[in-house]
Amino acid sequence: MSLDKATVAHIAKLARIRVADTDLEPLASELSGILKWIEQLGEVETAGIEPMTSAVDTTLRRRVDEVTDGDCRDKVLANAPQTAAGYFAVPKVIE
Amino acid sequence: MSGELTELTVSSARDGLERGDFTSRELTEAHLAAIDGAAALNAFILPTPDRALADADASDARRAKGHAGAMDGIPVAIKDLFCTEGVATTAGSHILEGFTPQYESTVTANMRAAGAVMLGKTNMDEFAMGSSNETSYFGPALNPWQRSGDNSPLVPGGSSGGSAAAVAARLALAAAGTDTGGSIRQPASFTGTVGMKPTYGRCSRWGTVAFASSLDQAGPLTRCVRDAAIVLASMAGYDEKDSTCVDVPVPDYETALTGEVAGLRIGIPKEYRVDGTPDEVKALWQQGIAWLREAGAEIVDVSLPHTRYALPAYYIVAPAEASSNLARYDGVRYGLRVPGETLEEMYERTRAEGFGVEVRRRVFIGTYVLSAGYYDAYYLQAQKVRTLIKQDFAAAWEKVDALLTPTTPTAAFGVGDRIDDPVAMYLNDILTVPANMAGLPGISVPAGLSEEGLPLGLQVVGRAFDEETVLRVAHVLERAAAFDARPEPWWMS
Repeated sequence: MSLDKATVAHIAKLARIRVADTDLEPLASELSGILKWIEQLGEVETAGIEPMTSAVDTTLRRRVDEVTDGDCRDKVLANAPQTAAGYFAVPKVIE
Repeated sequence: MSGELTELTVSSARDGLERGDFTSRELTEAHLAAIDGAAALNAFILPTPDRALADADASDARRAKGHAGAMDGIPVAIKDLFCTEGVATTAGSHILEGFTPQYESTVTANMRAAGAVMLGKTNMDEFAMGSSNETSYFGPALNPWQRSGDNSPLVPGGSSGGSAAAVAARLALAAAGTDTGGSIRQPASFTGTVGMKPTYGRCSRWGTVAFASSLDQAGPLTRCVRDAAIVLASMAGYDEKDSTCVDVPVPDYETALTGEVAGLRIGIPKEYRVDGTPDEVKALWQQGIAWLREAGAEIVDVSLPHTRYALPAYYIVAPAEASSNLARYDGVRYGLRVPGETLEEMYERTRAEGFGVEVRRRVFIGTYVLSAGYYDAYYLQAQKVRTLIKQDFAAAWEKVDALLTPTTPTAAFGVGDRIDDPVAMYLNDILTVPANMAGLPGISVPAGLSEEGLPLGLQVVGRAFDEETVLRVAHVLERAAAFDARPEPWWMS
């Protein structure tokens, strides 16, 4: 699959990474090169094969449904670029 | 004295501490001095000398009271992917600059509980994405090794390149690394050290900055196989905070080092004879086969037919998981924030500035393969291929107890040689990725030198949770190889 400029712009939007217009074209050709190499996977016959869900055979454990963590607001906020009144603060999102 | 102390192994340092030949403080000071004199290697993002000396004094006090643990007083380096409480953790990325974890990863907490002394946080490819250390925001760590008669800088491999360089250059007795597609074993091979990735689920991933959660595993880098056994035992163990960490007892790995492989069946997978492999790598592999045969092992040819698809499948699975894991770096909760007029703009600017080229590339690939309409063709197909790879190994285990292969297709390459060609860089991991895809334990042991005088490693891969056989075979290879070459200490200032 060869990616065009519009597709790359869409991916960048989905990934929330700003890409300058002038960089879209070279990025499209670079990503297309990698995808072209990856696409050899298409030749593997996988009819009837279950996709792997875990590398090691194991079953997920259960535990009692109880609170085991918490009461550490200040630790949670300790690395935030901006906080206000005990919350994370972000640019205004509602008028 | 201090020079001699950095020459020790973990096991000989442990014995020396026990006998009272030296203190952990003396041992630690010797390593801190070596780190001070090795700035040219750029092996550490953050040395932590104050913390190291405090750890060492605490260890000496414990020992005086007769309460020494398995790693008590042993100075180790920690890959900067492990969250360390109160000590900055960057994952080699600008986006995490200034982040100080408020908690300790389970692996480093386990090492600490065993008494280990932390010398500092080692350099690495950004978010563990790379095979050369060149994607680190903090500049590449360099390989202590150089080609004979040529002082051009070589990469130490990646992503645990700083950890490998630190161990090879005698800046630490051992180091903790992580391996998602070869990130412990490939740098071990490039630096003449021993690097082990245990079975997926053997070490807890809790508190380790996530790259690709279904593949990431922590493991040791050391200067000998015995040390790998000791250090792995201190890292491993069940942890209820990681739902993929498996609740099985951790054996005493050191007792697995019997020096015997008689009766073991060693598989030689024909698909690992990759096109373009240099003759010297093929010859070393043959030598490894001969060593194990002479030691009494039975050599069996096996086939792992889907080997060549492991790497392309990895480059779907790993970026897909990375794009999801790295969604958390949004400038809100920790690390870098680049201001924007709107929330959206703040996210996009923060992530554009905070992530380096290779990380952005993988997030884009991962976002694409998971996007609507492409999921089945890419991600689902890759996970089915992963099942086939696992079945290949399962069939091999019917016939053999472990596999022997080269670790890497080549010796260390030059800084700048491959960074502009992503696929050429990815091919570094062609022989190490299959073990990650199937969750199997693997180790790289230094086995010889290339014509240019650079170390080359051999890899042993074993059954899930059978690290003991892997270590046992590696130990016999190590003895036969008697690898004692050393890099010229050009970095010393």
